[in-house]
Amino acid sequence: MKERDFKIYRGNDEKGELVSYKCNVSEGMVVLDVIHRIQADQANDLACRWNCKAGKCGSCSVEINGKPRLACMTRMNEFEEDKTVIITPLKSFPVMRDIVTDVSWNYKQNQKILPFSPSEKDKEKDFVMMQKDVDRVQHFRKCIECYLCQNMCHVIRDNEGKDKFAGPRFMVRLASLEMHPMDRADRIKEIKEEHGSGMCNITRCCTEVCPEEIQITDDAIIPLKERVVDRYYDPVMILFNKLFGKKKKEITD
Amino acid sequence: MGNIIMLDISGIRRLQFDVLIIGAGGAGLSAAIAASQDKKIKVGLICKSLLGKAHTVMAEGGMAAALGNVDNRDDWKIHFRDTMRGGKMLNNWKMAEIHAKGAPKRVRELEHWGAVFDRTRDGLINQRNFGGHRYPRLAHVGDRTGLEMIRTLQDHGIHQGIDIHMECTALDILKDKSGKVSGIVCMYRETGEFIIFETKSLIFATGGAGKAWEVTSNSWEYTGDGYGMAFEAGAELIDMEFNQFHPTGMVWPPSVKGILVTEGVRGEGGILKNSEGNRFMFNYIPKKFANETANSVEEAARWLEGDKDARRPPELLTRDVVARAINAEVKAGRGSEHGGAYLDIATQRSSEDIKKKLPSMYHQFKILAELDITKEPMEVGPTCHYFMGGIKVDAETSMTTVDGLFSCGEAAGGMHGANRLGGNSLSDLLVFGNLSGMEAAKYSKRLKSMPKADDGDIKRIIKNATSILNREKGNNPYLIHEDLQKNMQYNVGIIRTKKEIQYGINRIEDMKLQFQKVKAPGSSQFNPGWHEALALRNLLISSESVARAALLREESRGAHTREDFPSERDEWLEYNIINKKGANGEMQTIKVKRSEPDKELKRIANSPIEDLEKEVIIDHNKL
Repeated sequence: MKERDFKIYRGNDEKGELVSYKCNVSEGMVVLDVIHRIQADQANDLACRWNCKAGKCGSCSVEINGKPRLACMTRMNEFEEDKTVIITPLKSFPVMRDIVTDVSWNYKQNQKILPFSPSEKDKEKDFVMMQKDVDRVQHFRKCIECYLCQNMCHVIRDNEGKDKFAGPRFMVRLASLEMHPMDRADRIKEIKEEHGSGMCNITRCCTEVCPEEIQITDDAIIPLKERVVDRYYDPVMILFNKLFGKKKKEITD
Repeated sequence: MGNIIMLDISGIRRLQFDVLIIGAGGAGLSAAIAASQDKKIKVGLICKSLLGKAHTVMAEGGMAAALGNVDNRDDWKIHFRDTMRGGKMLNNWKMAEIHAKGAPKRVRELEHWGAVFDRTRDGLINQRNFGGHRYPRLAHVGDRTGLEMIRTLQDHGIHQGIDIHMECTALDILKDKSGKVSGIVCMYRETGEFIIFETKSLIFATGGAGKAWEVTSNSWEYTGDGYGMAFEAGAELIDMEFNQFHPTGMVWPPSVKGILVTEGVRGEGGILKNSEGNRFMFNYIPKKFANETANSVEEAARWLEGDKDARRPPELLTRDVVARAINAEVKAGRGSEHGGAYLDIATQRSSEDIKKKLPSMYHQFKILAELDITKEPMEVGPTCHYFMGGIKVDAETSMTTVDGLFSCGEAAGGMHGANRLGGNSLSDLLVFGNLSGMEAAKYSKRLKSMPKADDGDIKRIIKNATSILNREKGNNPYLIHEDLQKNMQYNVGIIRTKKEIQYGINRIEDMKLQFQKVKAPGSSQFNPGWHEALALRNLLISSESVARAALLREESRGAHTREDFPSERDEWLEYNIINKKGANGEMQTIKVKRSEPDKELKRIANSPIEDLEKEVIIDHNKL
């Protein structure tokens, strides 16, 4: 058990400051434990968001020493004992209070995505899908919606980008739908125009911060960009689409 | 009381719904989706957290449904029998039947909404073994089935025209003069703004109250809000003495004590050992399960390799049995280094298999305990996990004893009896979420007009909430909560005695007095101290009902273990225990005689397994 120094952002979106706290840290503690200890003993009204405390719900996203992290999965022994640990809210979203941000923009992006759309005929019987054909979709579906990737994406950090790009999280969701073997919808036009796949310039910052280690850039965003290119910029595909229509997948009988 | 509260409520926003659901985990989302299928019905959904963060995400192992994809001998009858035996026959018979019959359809529906389950070699939904289930029965996605479920329901639900209010806390139910539900008063956590939801029917999908114990797998949300509010509104709580302690929670380091380690580890072949290296579960096989359980390491190994004639390893006995066994080993001085048991998958499966089948367990131990589960055994011990009991509902409509109040999921009681089988919760959420949504919609359609709430009630509810902030000084809500958790842990824990429970109740009475003077400093905006204080009332009601029911039930059955009454007593099988609010506001705890089950259900539950398996083959050949 050792007393360590912390600075936590207190305030709202307009004004606030880093407030210093001291807290005893024992073996195995994570940053979220420290926040809870401070909340219980010194600052009952310190706002923080959390749920599962095991890296499964994606609620406790904050910036720790400037890096986007899950507070519940960041162990205190990562940091040098005599260095102050600084906890601040996610930068890309408005602060509600203290280290809690308003992430409702993300929910609005999800609402715009055309949901999973199997054919009525396929729904009459059990889906038959081979494991190897769903591996990649399952990889995308590991996403816990912590929005660390959204926070890190410089297109979204730059506020104007929020009108133009749904962000890495929703590129992952779109990829999971587009690559689902039973999905029959065509989202390529929306991926280009509404969700703004062209805005990403592949800096891979999102992939680096993903706590689920989803290969966001390589497995989701780049393949979606390729599909858009095939549709809109490949002369052979343009002709093909004109002749045979734009259905992505044939409906199986 | 006669006191007229001077408070202007004319400025408080009001919204109207036909069906309003409190709670957006698997049950609440299922209910909201079901209710919204009738486009004339206006549906609202309230959640304390952000959408998609409810505790359902923590469910790991899978959802039980007799699909028969892996072993085609499976059938609803066998699932039903397993459920009843797991629940020590105290389950609500009808609910267990509806659940076993309805689960396969609901799992397939989830797949049609976009869930991507692990596949069998034939490309169907794969199913895994779990404690108490005769066959591989749990549809799953690695060890993150709950996440798959909640995300699927969320992504489907947001396109059904449901009005969703996030980070909104429900405070208390409103009723009209005739006693029908007329609405609920809520508070937005961000702003502290109050809002009145007027509704013809309410569905409580509020989960349990696991946060009343110190070692728990539950998050801050599980404060028994549904139990507290329903109790205050006059609803009955049933079977509250049955609290499931999951046998395998993390025990080290201290800050993660209680976090769940999925039963899937044992389903995939994990074994339990004590400090002497003995596979102790062979010593704890109950008589009733002896002829369906392997009696040697050799037979258990054959079972893991897929030999259909071999019986299941004892690690897959029901959760109550395994939790007590670990507890007993620790008490006998044979515990692991930090006071648990060793759970070893490393010697049973290859490193690739473990990472493929249990990726989040691998990740969780790697980061939180700096331990590689493909190389070393985990240390595990019992953790408070689930409420079998809850708000009493009618099996076929999910309506509580209050008109217009429905309940489903963990919040509702009865389905699981004295002990829930792993995997039966996710399927319960889907089956009864759906049922309550449909039934609440029907109920609301029958009402010609919106029942009217009394303004005096609204004022009282708001006054109760704001007085916590307005008090000059008072008790720290966090410290009362910590006291309560210790009290429940030590006095109303896994092993109970009359003396300890009685002491525990006295302590709760003290804490109720302290709660009268609770004070949260700060403003009403996103103030966790205030939220904690508001939840305390519900935690106290939940804890008191657990303790009083535990005191009354003088036997050991399922998850309720009385050291002073160490075995099941047949006379107690005849009764449920009900808690409800008495005329003077006090908690009444009474024995209520159970009704006689349907003959056919009784026959199925009591059939020898061999006979039932033969019968199922005949049934299947008829199809």
